[in-house]
Amino acid sequence: MSVQTAGNMPGAPQQQIQLPLSKAWEISLKSIRIRLGRSLITASGILLGIAFFSSVRTVTLFPIKAAGPAAIAEQSRHSFLAIMALLVCFVGIMNSMLMSVTERFREIGTMKCLGALDGFIVTLFIIEAGLMGVLGSAFGWLFGMLIMLLAHLAGGGAHDVNGAFFSGAAIQGVQAEIIGIVMTLVASIPTAVRAAKMPPAAALRSEV
Amino acid sequence: MGANEYVVRTKGLVKEFHMGDEVVRALNGVDLDIKRGEYLSIMGPSGSGKSTLFNAIGGLDRPDSGSVFINDVDMAQLDAKELAYLRCHTIGYIFQTFNLLPSMTALENVTLPTVFAGMTTDEGIERGIEVLNLVGLGHRLHHRPTQLSGGQQQRVAIARALANTPSIVLADEPTGNLDLKTGEEIIALLRELNQKEGVTIISATHDYKMVDVSDRVVWIRDGKIAKIEERADIKVSVGEVEGALET
Repeated sequence: MSVQTAGNMPGAPQQQIQLPLSKAWEISLKSIRIRLGRSLITASGILLGIAFFSSVRTVTLFPIKAAGPAAIAEQSRHSFLAIMALLVCFVGIMNSMLMSVTERFREIGTMKCLGALDGFIVTLFIIEAGLMGVLGSAFGWLFGMLIMLLAHLAGGGAHDVNGAFFSGAAIQGVQAEIIGIVMTLVASIPTAVRAAKMPPAAALRSEV
Repeated sequence: MGANEYVVRTKGLVKEFHMGDEVVRALNGVDLDIKRGEYLSIMGPSGSGKSTLFNAIGGLDRPDSGSVFINDVDMAQLDAKELAYLRCHTIGYIFQTFNLLPSMTALENVTLPTVFAGMTTDEGIERGIEVLNLVGLGHRLHHRPTQLSGGQQQRVAIARALANTPSIVLADEPTGNLDLKTGEEIIALLRELNQKEGVTIISATHDYKMVDVSDRVVWIRDGKIAKIEERADIKVSVGEVEGALET
């Protein structure tokens, strides 16, 4: 650092300020609103995945008509379907979130050129993904549950729709919400961190 | 002028790229001193290493060896936050592909760096309108990039680069995606900003229109500086060097 002693720079180099969370929130909301069409497609990926999962889960709230070995078979079929639904749902969300981050590599590179800190970029993506996760999961659960409920009612099962059904559905709703948010964040954070850590030149070079 | 005469200095810059088993040396020992307030063009055919040099000077990529000093500060010594501060306040970037955020209006694009600099929204908007007026786009504040011509988009990008009053503007092929006339207008604008605002302009280009306005031209070839010419000497020898580089 011999050059610095000869120079007329005052003191140590200055550090970039950390922006408050409210600023990240503001930019994220704007970003979702501005590309509303794209955000809706991503959110509907989450919505449909959770809807599929919830529809399978809702069926388990209705009493099984069969008895004995047939009932056990029915139960294991439900468990299998629920696990499959969860996997399909995860892959769908993963795909949506990966796309929504990678298609914005250049944008991330540009933001870093303008002075954005890595942490700020990751925060932006966490807020965006989190919001889509919360809304997508909530509507997905509602959609999946209502479809199965209506189907059951149409089949003449009105007597099964009682207090126990609603409390069971509410618990499933909370589960679906947690699963949806966790899956969304797990799918988006590693990609966002990777993108934010890239040297800006590499992010700007990337073509999608 | 003292030690601060030079705004950018590079020493022995080397950058290698690995393409499979092959190692390509994009920069092979570049020493370059850039004076405060000058308009410098880095010329050379594509693949000569000028974009790599641009990225190294701008702190967008780390060289494998050698150093870049900005205002006498060694960039390799900076941590992430100091580097972000430098990109935000000291350097403005202009790209061949404009790199505006497509979802934002001209004004929103220009105010983004002021947000990172910690300005309030009102201050940022005021500054944004000021710089957009400076580049002659005061009447296009709320247009999206898709609603603007290439030349207008590049003007927005120039305004964005100037938003935090940097001491250096780095331009990578700023006229590369523009037609002849628009390219000339952008070059004239850059020269005007250089003379009126005193901002140092460093432009990587292979556009010969740039030579006329440059104070100095650095000819780069195969990752090395082939020749540095002062403005006074340029006119006579352009044909010769051009010929030498094109072979």
